[in-house]
Amino acid sequence: MALRLPRIGTSQIVALAVILLANWVVSPQFFDIRLQDGRLFGSLIDVLNRGAPVALLSIGMVLVIAMRGIDLSVGAVMAICGAIAASLADSHALPVVLAAALGAGLACGLWNGLLVAVLGIQPIVATLILMVAGRGIAQLITEGRIVTFTSPDLAFLGGGSVLGLPTPVVLTLGMMALTLAIVRGSALGLMIEATGGNPRASALAGIGTRLITVAVYMWSGLCAALAGIVASADILGADANNAGLWLELDAILAVVIGGTSLFGGRFSIILAVVGALIIQAMNTGILLSGLPPETNLVVKAVVVLAVLLAQSPRIGGHLAGLGVLFSRKKP
Amino acid sequence: MIRSLSRLTPVLATLAVFLAGFIACSLVYPNFASLRVVMNLLTDNAFLAIVAVGMTFVIISGGIDLSVGSVIGFTTVFLALAIERWGVPPLMAFVLILVICAAFGAAMGAIIQYFELPAFIVTLAGMFLARGVSFLLSTESIPITADLYAHLSEHAFRFEGGSRLTVPAMIMIAVVLAGMVLLHLTRFGANVYALGGSRQATALMGINVARTTVLIYTLSSVLAGLAGIVFSLYTSSGYSLSAVGVELDAIAAVVIGGTLLSGGYGFIFGSFLGVMIQGLIQTYISFDGMLSSWWAKIATGLLLFAFIAFQQFTLHLARRSRRAPAGVHP
Repeated sequence: MALRLPRIGTSQIVALAVILLANWVVSPQFFDIRLQDGRLFGSLIDVLNRGAPVALLSIGMVLVIAMRGIDLSVGAVMAICGAIAASLADSHALPVVLAAALGAGLACGLWNGLLVAVLGIQPIVATLILMVAGRGIAQLITEGRIVTFTSPDLAFLGGGSVLGLPTPVVLTLGMMALTLAIVRGSALGLMIEATGGNPRASALAGIGTRLITVAVYMWSGLCAALAGIVASADILGADANNAGLWLELDAILAVVIGGTSLFGGRFSIILAVVGALIIQAMNTGILLSGLPPETNLVVKAVVVLAVLLAQSPRIGGHLAGLGVLFSRKKP
Repeated sequence: MIRSLSRLTPVLATLAVFLAGFIACSLVYPNFASLRVVMNLLTDNAFLAIVAVGMTFVIISGGIDLSVGSVIGFTTVFLALAIERWGVPPLMAFVLILVICAAFGAAMGAIIQYFELPAFIVTLAGMFLARGVSFLLSTESIPITADLYAHLSEHAFRFEGGSRLTVPAMIMIAVVLAGMVLLHLTRFGANVYALGGSRQATALMGINVARTTVLIYTLSSVLAGLAGIVFSLYTSSGYSLSAVGVELDAIAAVVIGGTLLSGGYGFIFGSFLGVMIQGLIQTYISFDGMLSSWWAKIATGLLLFAFIAFQQFTLHLARRSRRAPAGVHP
């Protein structure tokens, strides 16, 4: 297992490098980074910064998908938590704001987790409920307006910098390190992979699959809440209609690009984040190249298809190394 | 008899919810219970109901189609460009777009079938592709001024009191009826149910799984194209951002209509009722005037939850009764 991991990651790293090089070809100053007012600036930093929300979402999503689940609600959870953070920011201290927003994310995750683990509803349906209703709830919180705030504390989370790096990037790295420490530092990661591979066998082997499922959905909710806070802090406000719109699809895409099979099982958090960066690097590249931004979706579609075909049990077989063992099942 | 009744329970529950909702609305607003409101309900939700029919086939077969909203958007843009800019006669444009949609759906179905990929992610790619191509065609809203459009929007069955059964509503009713015949009375329909029950068993029974899968996604995309035509009739324009998120409304309608998302069970009529219930919520909100539109989303979410919980409960009961000793049920 440990021997195989680096081999799995090469294609993603190469893909990212190729896209970055392509960006460099269309825009020669792509790799220029300059230090200004104690913060790094440049297209590369921009890719990291803009990619932070999707990267955060993909950290939670990769665990959910590894359990053979899916979380469609993350975009709506982002909107809810962003709305909470923005409406509390000017009247409460930062810790209260963060606790409220992150708590709301955990609660959303708990709801999803209970529906999936206790009521036994298919993940795609269970999370669809919150995806549909969540944006309504967010609008209820903002009362249909775009709530703005001026609190510098919260704004720091979106526009500030730590040691030269933009705060969203630092938060994403922190979240990634924390998740890695929890999941890979203990047997939890193994249990998640086992549950995704075969839930019944894992339950029989004594793994508390229900508890793990609920915990994983809560973690996904927490990541979405953090992404929502970052997105809100970035625009100094909350837009219940558009915050995190369609980002759940980007997050799923990032996880799939990162080589985690939608059939559950083995997963890689780092590669999912790399996947998110690949998506963002493509977005930035298309903007830099002067192509109409509309091309973005077409390019994305082609990339998804290419990655999928490479992962396909028929073609990829031992190339992807995953999926073959598992019977055909809906995600 | 009792068995067939219990088979229909979810649809009957949906019907009961719809009737209860309609009566409740009528009690609050005396003007609500009129032919006009009913006819508007049919016209305003025509495109959604057409899509929901296709979605029902897909979901009963155990799949899902996320691309339908984008296909509607693509269709409206294509029609507007073809009719207004390229000078294609409208009827010719309709045929063209339906052929394009059929090819698109067949391609998705073939990828799902031959590369053994989850329908969810393949149709997600299809969603990006269709939306992206319609963005590339045009990002502005193009009005359609063809005579046929003006003529079709004038054409309607008129009833007393000014209510009209419009062309979109007529197309929708025809599609729902045709869908019911196709699903419940033909061999193809039986194959769709079989696929949702068990792919492997279906293949072992000698049914052509590949052909059925490709046909199901072709049907879904063609119906999405037809819904796009209806949508462009309804708005007399083409816009690449139209019908964003319709796939979710359609899936919600299908689930509220009692179809199991795991496949193998469901009714077209239920999906039709699911669409009407969503329309009812919208109409109530517009009657009220004080409530904001976001309540529609919350109400839809709550209904989704209620119906899914109900489904899980009945499934649970069914499993328990199956464990009962043999011979208890006739």
